[in-house]
Amino acid sequence: MIEIRNLNVDYFGNSALENVNIDIPFGYTIGIIGPNGAGKSTFIKSLLEVIKKRSGTVMVEGRDISEYKRKIAYVPQKNDIDLTFPITVKDTVLTGTYPNLKIFQRPGKKERQSVEECMTMVDISDLANKQISNLSGGQLQRVFIARALAQKADVFFLDEPFVGIDLVSEKIIVKLLKQLREEGKTILIVHHDLHEVEEYFDKVIILNKKLIAFGDVKDTFTADNILNAYGASLGNLVIKGMGGAEND
Amino acid sequence: MIDYFSSLLNIPIYALNAGLSAIILGIVSGVLGSFIVLRKMSLMGDALSHAVLPGVALSYILGINILVGASLFGLLAAILIQFITSRSNIKSDTSIGIILSSFFALGIVLITFAKSGLDLTHILFGNILAVPQSELMQSFIIMLVVIAIISLLYKELLISSFDPVVSKAFGLKTGFYHYLLMMLLSVVTVSSLSQVGIVLVIAMLVIPAATSYLWTNKLIHMIILASTIGAVSGIIGVIISFRFNLPTSATIVLVGVSLFAISFIISPKNNFLRKGVKQG
Repeated sequence: MIEIRNLNVDYFGNSALENVNIDIPFGYTIGIIGPNGAGKSTFIKSLLEVIKKRSGTVMVEGRDISEYKRKIAYVPQKNDIDLTFPITVKDTVLTGTYPNLKIFQRPGKKERQSVEECMTMVDISDLANKQISNLSGGQLQRVFIARALAQKADVFFLDEPFVGIDLVSEKIIVKLLKQLREEGKTILIVHHDLHEVEEYFDKVIILNKKLIAFGDVKDTFTADNILNAYGASLGNLVIKGMGGAEND
Repeated sequence: MIDYFSSLLNIPIYALNAGLSAIILGIVSGVLGSFIVLRKMSLMGDALSHAVLPGVALSYILGINILVGASLFGLLAAILIQFITSRSNIKSDTSIGIILSSFFALGIVLITFAKSGLDLTHILFGNILAVPQSELMQSFIIMLVVIAIISLLYKELLISSFDPVVSKAFGLKTGFYHYLLMMLLSVVTVSSLSQVGIVLVIAMLVIPAATSYLWTNKLIHMIILASTIGAVSGIIGVIISFRFNLPTSATIVLVGVSLFAISFIISPKNNFLRKGVKQG
């Protein structure tokens, strides 16, 4: 279980999240939804200590999250990563094994073997020696998913994994996430498209600067809660969603 | 040993020293420069190489090892730049500009106190023809230490350069690796003072690494090629400057930048000829 107590986060001097309290149980696929600027990405970044909290504690299985972070795989939004870095697909996936290696320790045969398997799982083995800026959005996302798999994590944090990717990639990723869920992994996904919520998630966290609601999708993903989170922007957002692939 | 080679090859000792120190500097700055370029810290590197000047002067006045004073001021500059950026809305290029110029100014003032023994022109522009044997040995040891540290921490340096966000997320102390590189940069700056001087150190760090970047798709290849380019432009620069009686450090830099220009035009990765203008 991930216990979040009194989480407050500032973003460039403004309050981004206020007093969030949630107990996230293990073993579910959980969507994090809310309007643009609701603090969804900020929420997972602050849990992982990528950005500073103003106050609050995050405990995993009763201990501070910093002791557990090697077991959490994080897939950030694509624009957080320097795609021009001189690194191939295979070596990018290999960096997923780094959290479980000691300082000075180099990845060995076992790690390289695992990289091959992870690349096969998302069908990118044929791209192994390409530099990462030569890939399409969907291929790139599969590379970062493969990297997360290589970490052999128990918990996965994914930030907008379906934005700007093709249908084939989306299908591969969705199938894989279902498989991970069946293996008992915990998956948290920041998601902005309300249409797939019922299909993709067991539980949903609805955020807008504060926690609006958290619970099983069928109880929590209700018109009241959504209206509460999105307010006046809802009408606009529904129209956007119905317009098809909207990338932001 | 150098005396032996000198007589064997029939080259004057000072020329052999100049050649060797150019090679050593080329290798070490290729290794370190690759990280400077990839971490988008070229401007920071320039600031640090200028910021060691007060350290050099103070070490001389107090009679302590120049490496100690210079590393201290290099690190202090890196910390102050970070401090100004994080405690205000001033952007990092501006805080770099403030610290670079103020440390440099302080260094110039301090050098006038020590003027009997320190030659400002020598420190600013180097004098590769007057590199003493002891300094050559020191540069060599520094090169070995830098290569050893970077090989040992290669995986940490790679991931913190490539993906600092995910590095932090899995608990890597990214700040440590930043300051480690800053310290190595200060030390290398000092060890290259006699060869190229403060003003042109940044060229040795950035130009071979940038050239190599245009040809490679793997970090380790980039580092090896950058070191090779650094060493080759060093030795060619020394030879040309001897033959035509030109200032050595400037000649080395110009050789390096010529290699960059050629690479910029013909490298398939940069694709300049076919594309003309970079798109997207």
